[in-house]
Amino acid sequence: MKTFIQTVLAEADARAVNLLQILRAVQARYQHIPEEAIELLAEGLSIPRTQILGVAEFYSFLHITPQGRYDLLISDSITDRMLGNQFVLDYLAERLAVQVGQVRADGLVSLNRTSCTGMCDQGPAGLVNGLALTSLDIARLEEIVELVNQQTPLSQWPATLFAVADNIHRPGLLLSEPLVAGDALRAAFGRGLPETLEELDRSGLRGRGGAGFKTVVKWRFCADEPADTRFVVCNADEGEPGTFKDRVLLNSYASQVFEGMTLAAALIGAQQGFLYLRGEYLHLHEQLQGVLTERRASGLLGENILGLGLNFDIEIRLGAGAYICGEESALIESLEGKPGIPRNRPPYPVTSGYLNKPTIVNNVETFLAAAHIAVRGGAWFAAVGTEKSAGTKILSISGDCARPGIYEYPFGTRIRQVLEDCGAVDVLGVQIGGPSGTFISNRELDRALAFEDLATGGSFIVFNCSRDILRIVQNFTHFFAHESCGFCTPCRVGTSLLKKQLDKIVDGHGSAGDVVELENLCQLVKHHSHCGLGQTAANPILSTLERYPDVYEKQLKQISYEPGFDLDGALAIARRMAHRDDAAAHLSQLED
Amino acid sequence: MTGTITINGQIVPFQAGQTIIEAATAAGIYIPHLCHKPGYTPHGSCKLCTVNVNGRNCSACTFPAVDGQTVINNSAELQQDRRRITQMLFVEGNHLCPSCEKTGNCQLQGVAYYLNMTDNHFPHFFAHREMDASHPDILIDHNRCIFCNLCVRASKEKDGKNVFAIAGRGINKRLVVNSVSGLLKDSDVSIDDSAVHVCPTGALLIKRTGYQVPIGQRIYDHRQISEVALFAEGSHEQ
Ligand SMILES: Cc1cc2nc3c(=O)[nH]c(=O)nc-3n(C[C@H](O)[C@H](O)[C@H](O)COP(=O)(O)O)c2cc1C
Ligand code: SF4
Ligand code: SF4
Ligand code: FES
Repeated sequence: MKTFIQTVLAEADARAVNLLQILRAVQARYQHIPEEAIELLAEGLSIPRTQILGVAEFYSFLHITPQGRYDLLISDSITDRMLGNQFVLDYLAERLAVQVGQVRADGLVSLNRTSCTGMCDQGPAGLVNGLALTSLDIARLEEIVELVNQQTPLSQWPATLFAVADNIHRPGLLLSEPLVAGDALRAAFGRGLPETLEELDRSGLRGRGGAGFKTVVKWRFCADEPADTRFVVCNADEGEPGTFKDRVLLNSYASQVFEGMTLAAALIGAQQGFLYLRGEYLHLHEQLQGVLTERRASGLLGENILGLGLNFDIEIRLGAGAYICGEESALIESLEGKPGIPRNRPPYPVTSGYLNKPTIVNNVETFLAAAHIAVRGGAWFAAVGTEKSAGTKILSISGDCARPGIYEYPFGTRIRQVLEDCGAVDVLGVQIGGPSGTFISNRELDRALAFEDLATGGSFIVFNCSRDILRIVQNFTHFFAHESCGFCTPCRVGTSLLKKQLDKIVDGHGSAGDVVELENLCQLVKHHSHCGLGQTAANPILSTLERYPDVYEKQLKQISYEPGFDLDGALAIARRMAHRDDAAAHLSQLED
Repeated sequence: MTGTITINGQIVPFQAGQTIIEAATAAGIYIPHLCHKPGYTPHGSCKLCTVNVNGRNCSACTFPAVDGQTVINNSAELQQDRRRITQMLFVEGNHLCPSCEKTGNCQLQGVAYYLNMTDNHFPHFFAHREMDASHPDILIDHNRCIFCNLCVRASKEKDGKNVFAIAGRGINKRLVVNSVSGLLKDSDVSIDDSAVHVCPTGALLIKRTGYQVPIGQRIYDHRQISEVALFAEGSHEQ
């Protein structure tokens, strides 16, 4: 182990900021982070062992106990559930003789659930040792079982199992216009950098990650911050369930995204960029490295880019299974090799980001749009969309529709139009912006896709009338409780309490007071949490309570209070021990 | 940059770099807090110090005072929310006040008195948390840890040691000790470390000191935590 650790340390320049990457390498080799490795790393990096433990226990894909040599994780997004992920789990559990959440006794295989893997258009999906598996039907499951049982190395598994389709059904402004590599940079320098910022301003581009902050404002803030070093970070964490458009952009438009990052570097004065790629997209890693190599060879990255005097390069950093790392300050912490815990603000990343240097963090789609704007100008972009939402939005559509996949629409488009295009019929409602967004009912389909109305990072999940609202909300609520970083009390405890309280109602133990309590708890978590995760974790409950109070009501018992605790049930053991089962040995906690 | 802010309508001066809680404390205004302690890097995790600043909720312990801010600290709504947040801390761990040797000296309990908390309100988690009694002089009862991070900061910033850290995610967070066995006895902790004296609850205790002051004569048995905190932390001398 010692030599392996030494090699890993050497590859990471023995720097603690690379701890997450180091631990990923250890995990890949030993299927966990062994005690001995922790000691060796603590010594090699001169950091306390608890720092390593802190990281190892934070990320879902890292473990301090061994996982199977084939570690199977099945996506538990609501769309995967609708497509039968429970069948997948049951089937694999039975055929591989391993229980969900466990490692088989011989250590060959482990099986578990994981949060949305970003394959909602081709689920049920999963991961094997971090690599994406899609469209898991019986034939493919049987193939996987065979390969595992024969202990076939992953490198020899048929490529078809790992095929990930783009499913672009409606390309628009950004996805249909070609962009020659280097053109955005040439245009920007040709026009002048300050003038290019002006164009960006004119375009009205707002961040595509969900919050919609004006991109040029963020870049100007960062550029104006006095500093010797600045950083450009592309947020490819894409953890919002139902979102997968960044996956497609990185698969087929990566060079344009990197061009957008390089453009940003020129405009703010950065020399180093990071692509923070969620661990679930490991399958894209090598390919993306290839695109970077190609761009370096073409003089589009590195020293003196295109002879324009610009020095900039991009490094890819992989996450390890933590939705919170999409939050920009948590992402920066993660880049620094730490647990993804959101920082206190102020200061904001534009003044104090990566290594406390001014840093811009933008969504993948934002960089892509910026590259196009540099070439075609601000007016070209602003001509599309609405007053406050310029341009187009790329959507990831999944759920109950005939053609799940990627659609690009001008802002202002009606939801009804989108549903028609993707072939959704008998619609009950649509989850817009993922669990942290809004659930709209079929009475609201004339609402518009726009920051003024329904903002979204790109997740559209369609539900038809056969679906059970409470099951959907339960999935989302459990997701947030699982993904809370645990830093602050209202979210750490609050999301778990939300889960308990909702489960109590869904399981039929709720009474009217429980719904009031649920709503109060929602408000508390929403208004007191430290970051966006906690602030939006109650949205699924709040937006469905508002629209479907009757659905909750129907689930209630007709009494004023129902305890979550079964007093009589708890006495069962005592009764057994006392060999009694007479009336006096039973306690009723409610007047019947 | 110095200036003034108003807290509950009272004009409060502040000095450059001060947070809202620092300015408030200096002016004799108590804002409930657990993870904050003067002299330590602000953490902002317990959220008990939440105040409303110009219409938005902020943590007073991390949020800088800026000239002209209007701060609301004592609305009925905020007190109710703070009570709920405190109740969350009580149900998350296992707090058996009557049998805890820190009772009467515990800040979590003191804050609960201050906020008129009379029950736990939420369902209990009944978390399985162990004790670490391995060290001859120091005891960790994980049941009472509220993840305020003060021992972590104290060990790093005051003692220069890194004995403690918090690992895990979400509701599975846990306090960990820097030793191969994970036990306190094998760490380089010392009874003189600030880290083992800073705990606001009964999670980190010094052995054989528990009942030197009888129950009923302890700090918060007679005085409100607001009064005690302002006296100890107030910068009346500054
Ligand atoms: C819990 C949470 C998760 C987030 N996940 C993402 C994400 O996966 N991708 C993303 O671009 N932004 C995400 N964001 C928003 C980012 O914090 C940030 O606003 C965004 O990356 C800024 O980029 P933009 O200005 O281009 O939109 C998330 C925010 C929160 C609170
Ligand atoms: S709101 Fe949740 S995710 Fe955000 S800091 Fe608090 S605990 Fe962490
Ligand atoms: S042991 Fe005490 S000081 Fe340390 S984090 Fe827990 S409650 Fe805070
Ligand atoms: S005292 Fe401010 S958040 Fe804890």
